[in-house]
Amino acid sequence: MSIVTAEQRQAHEVNLSDLEKSLRHVRTLHSAIMSVVIGGMSVMAMVPLASVLWMLLSRGSERLSLALFTELPPAAGMPGGGISNAFLGTLVVVAIAALISVPFGILAAVFLAEFGQDSRTAAGVRFCAKVLTGLPSILAGVFAYAVVVLTTGTFSAPAGGVALALLMIPTVLLTAEEAIRMVPARMREAALGLGATRTQMVLRVTLPTALPGILTGVMLAVARAAGETAPLLFTALFSDYQLTRNLMEPTPSLAVLIYDFSGSPFPTQIEIAWAASLVLVFLVLVLNVGSQVITRRYLHK
Amino acid sequence: MSQTTPTNGSANGGNGAVIDVDLQSIYYGNFRAVRDTRLAIQKGTITAFIGPSGCGKSTVLRSINRMNDLVRGFRFEGHVRYRGKDVYDRAIDPVAVRRHIGMVFQQPNPFAMSIFRNVAFGLRLNGYRGNVEERVEKALRGAALWDEVKDKLRQSGLALSGGQQQRLCIARAIATEPEVLLMDEPCSALDPVATRKVEETMLELKKHYTIAIVTHNMQQAARVADKTAFLYVDTSQGGRTGYLVEYGDTKQIFENPKEKPTQDYIAGAFS
Repeated sequence: MSIVTAEQRQAHEVNLSDLEKSLRHVRTLHSAIMSVVIGGMSVMAMVPLASVLWMLLSRGSERLSLALFTELPPAAGMPGGGISNAFLGTLVVVAIAALISVPFGILAAVFLAEFGQDSRTAAGVRFCAKVLTGLPSILAGVFAYAVVVLTTGTFSAPAGGVALALLMIPTVLLTAEEAIRMVPARMREAALGLGATRTQMVLRVTLPTALPGILTGVMLAVARAAGETAPLLFTALFSDYQLTRNLMEPTPSLAVLIYDFSGSPFPTQIEIAWAASLVLVFLVLVLNVGSQVITRRYLHK
Repeated sequence: MSQTTPTNGSANGGNGAVIDVDLQSIYYGNFRAVRDTRLAIQKGTITAFIGPSGCGKSTVLRSINRMNDLVRGFRFEGHVRYRGKDVYDRAIDPVAVRRHIGMVFQQPNPFAMSIFRNVAFGLRLNGYRGNVEERVEKALRGAALWDEVKDKLRQSGLALSGGQQQRLCIARAIATEPEVLLMDEPCSALDPVATRKVEETMLELKKHYTIAIVTHNMQQAARVADKTAFLYVDTSQGGRTGYLVEYGDTKQIFENPKEKPTQDYIAGAFS
C-alpha cells in the first residue's frame, strides 16, 4: 500500500517548467530540425523543374511567333522556318494513340473493377498491365515496327499511334480501375435499388462519377505519350514536309524534331528545337488544364 | 396518384398483405444469419423492424427486394411474396422487383449529379416518356423537399445537408412510384430535427405507399409504425442467428408484449 501512496504523492509534484516552449528540450529541438530539413528538401525538389522551365522559357521564347506554327522546318544552315508539320504530326499521332488506348483501357478497367474483380482473368490482366507500365518505351517502338511497319511496308502515323498506345494502355487502365473502385459502394447500391441493371449502373452512375479520375489517367497517359521520342523513331519516323491526307507515310512529331535538331550544328535548328520544346510543354499543360475545366463543368451540370 | 395505388383488395391476395415474408433461413456462406421469420406487411401501413444490433433486421428488409443478392455467399430459403408472386422464383427478374419495391438506405446516397437528375434518375432508367419536370416536382413535394430546393434544382445533390440528402433519396425512390418503400435505418445518420422531418414525410407517404422501416430507435418505431416486428438474436445454438420473436400492432408490442425477450427489450429501452 505504501508504494501506491508514494506514486500518488509523486503525481502531484508536477514540474510546470516543462510546459514552456524551449529548444533546450530534446524533442522540441528534434522537431524543429526535422521541420527545417523537410522544408528544405521540398524546395530542393523543385529546383530542377524550375530551372528546366526557366531555360525553356528564356531560350524557347526567342523564336516564338506565328511563323513557328505556319512554316516548315528550315533546311540546314537556312534562317527562319517553323514547326507546323511536327506540331500537327504530334497531334495526329497522339490522337490515334488515344483513340486506341482510351476505349481499350476504360472498358478493361470496367471489367476489372465491376465484373471480374477477383477472377483469374482480372488478376492476369492486372499483372500484365503493371509489367507493361515499366516497359522501356523503345521496345514499344520495336514492337510496333514489327507489327505495323513491316506489315504495311511503310513508316506511318498509325504505326506511331500503335507504339504510343501500347505505352498509354496500362496507365489508362490502372488509373481508371482505381477511379472506378473509388466510387462509393452506396452509390452503386442506390442505382441497383432504383431498379437499374448492372450495365445501367455502370453507364449512368459509376463511369460518370469516376470520370474526373479517369480523365486524369488519360491526361497523364497523353502527356507521357506526347513527349515520347524513342517509340516514334522506329514507327512514325520524321518528315520535313507538311502532312497530307494520306497518313500512311513518315510523319513528323515535336519529340523527334527536338531530338534531331538539338544535335544539329546549325544555330537556327537549335533555336527551333528550343522553341519546339516550349511548345510541347505548353501543349501538355493546355491539355491538363483543359481536362480539369471540362471535368469541373461536368460535375456542376 | 390513384392509378399507382390501386385499392383493389383482391389483387393483394385477399387479406390486404402486399408483402408476405415466409423466411426459413438466410445464410451468408455457412453462417446462418436469420431463421424462422414470417410476417405479412399490410397495404398502406408502416411496419417497423426493431431489435438489438446483429439480429438480422436489415438482412430481412433487404431480402424483400433482393438487394442481398449482391452480397457474396448470400442464400435465401423460403419465400417472399409480393402480391402473391414469389420474388425468389427463378422466373422473376430481381431488377424488375426493385422497380416495384424501392429502397432508402442508411447513409444518404445521392448521386454526384444535380438534384433534378437525381430525382429523374429512376424515370430515365425506365425510359419514361411523360413530363419528367412534373414528376420530379411531385416526388420532391412528396418528400417535403420541394420548397427548399425548387430554386436550385441544377445544383449538386451532394451540396445539400444530410437531412435534405436523405429526403432527396426518398424523392428519388418515390419518383417512379413504387408500391412499397423499404427504409433501412433512414435516420441513423441524421440529427433530431432532420429525423423529425423524415418521420413527418413518412406519415405523409403512408397515404400512397406501403412502408417497411428498420430502426434502432424504439421511440421512432413507436411514433411512426402501425405494426412492429421484434427480432432477437438466438445464441442458444452457439451461433448468432436472428429470428422473429413477436409481430403485432405497435401499441400492443410496446405496451403489452407477449414474449419474454420483447418484454425485457422494451423495458430496457424505456426504463
